[in-house]
Amino acid sequence: MPGLQHRNHKTPTRPGIYSERVMHELSICTSIVEAVAKSVAAYPGATVTKVSLRLGALSDIVEDSLRFCWELTTKDTPLESAELVVAAVPIVMRCDHCNADVTLESLQSFRCPLCHEPVNELLHGREMEIESIEIDDGKDEPAKKDA
Amino acid sequence: MTTRIVELRQGILKKNDELAHVLRDRYTQAGVLVLNLVSSPGSGKTAFLERTLRELTTTGAKAAALVGDLETDNDAKRLAASGAPVRQINTHGTCHLDAEMIGKHLDEWTARPLAGLDYLFIENVGNLVCPSSYDLGERIRVALLSVTEGEDKPLKYPTMFNSADAAVITKLDLAEPCEFQRDEALKNIREIRPGIEIFETSSKTGAGFDGWLAYLKQERAKR
Repeated sequence: MPGLQHRNHKTPTRPGIYSERVMHELSICTSIVEAVAKSVAAYPGATVTKVSLRLGALSDIVEDSLRFCWELTTKDTPLESAELVVAAVPIVMRCDHCNADVTLESLQSFRCPLCHEPVNELLHGREMEIESIEIDDGKDEPAKKDA
Repeated sequence: MTTRIVELRQGILKKNDELAHVLRDRYTQAGVLVLNLVSSPGSGKTAFLERTLRELTTTGAKAAALVGDLETDNDAKRLAASGAPVRQINTHGTCHLDAEMIGKHLDEWTARPLAGLDYLFIENVGNLVCPSSYDLGERIRVALLSVTEGEDKPLKYPTMFNSADAAVITKLDLAEPCEFQRDEALKNIREIRPGIEIFETSSKTGAGFDGWLAYLKQERAKR
């Protein structure tokens, strides 16, 4: 399968773990598709042109894998041509020492980048959200009247 | 055709989160402390749980377990030997337990499966990736790692370890032949999840179980 060649360095290569990786994003895509289908049902005749997601760095979703699974999941469905937009949400934690909200640069150390004390209060970073969808309502523009 | 944007602001796993919320209420109503055990396959979750259930039952505490595997009821049979009520959940391919499965199995188990229980342990499918996103309504998430898995495991799976409330190092009896670097392992766990409770145990020898059981008792007392 051609798509499998383009993996980023974060993706593990051992087969057992690999299949955990792809399955995770596959079940996430299924949930997205179900939620979008439910929302668009309120607009009969409309097609979805864009699905915008917010994914936190601690949501453990790898964007490449997600896009790969999105293609698989939406193929031959009305969502096939919808654009998937992903906004990455960084990890923001509260540092009581600095009395500030700080952004972590790495997942390898949960310490304030300013004072290096351990931080535990997560403010952002676990988001796994469908922020919005863009739809074409499928109705023709009213015919322009002559002036 | 007109384009419009429909704001959803909806969690992708909204359905699971809602069901988990219902479960959380259900556990609170029943007064049960629920723990979700997560780890790689082969880390010794079942052996750890087996010993935990035996020890708790000996002290007169009432504990039960739901155990998740893709296939077989081998783990449930092993755990049932402890005398505690145990139910197997077979996911037949799904790589994690979710709130819907837990709810369904609780409903099908007995009329009131949580009645009179002090503890319910949920042994998740062995997998350090997917289970991290699926709330099962638990109060405590316990991440296990064995001395055979390498000291850098928490660094490799930060999402899971950061989501845990307690960490248990298992198979301590094998630490020496594996040249397990204890200080490094503890440091790595704490780098990923500052303030986490860590228990170093051997299900074979019983090492570390006093501390683990004391922790359970202390957490149970916090309603």
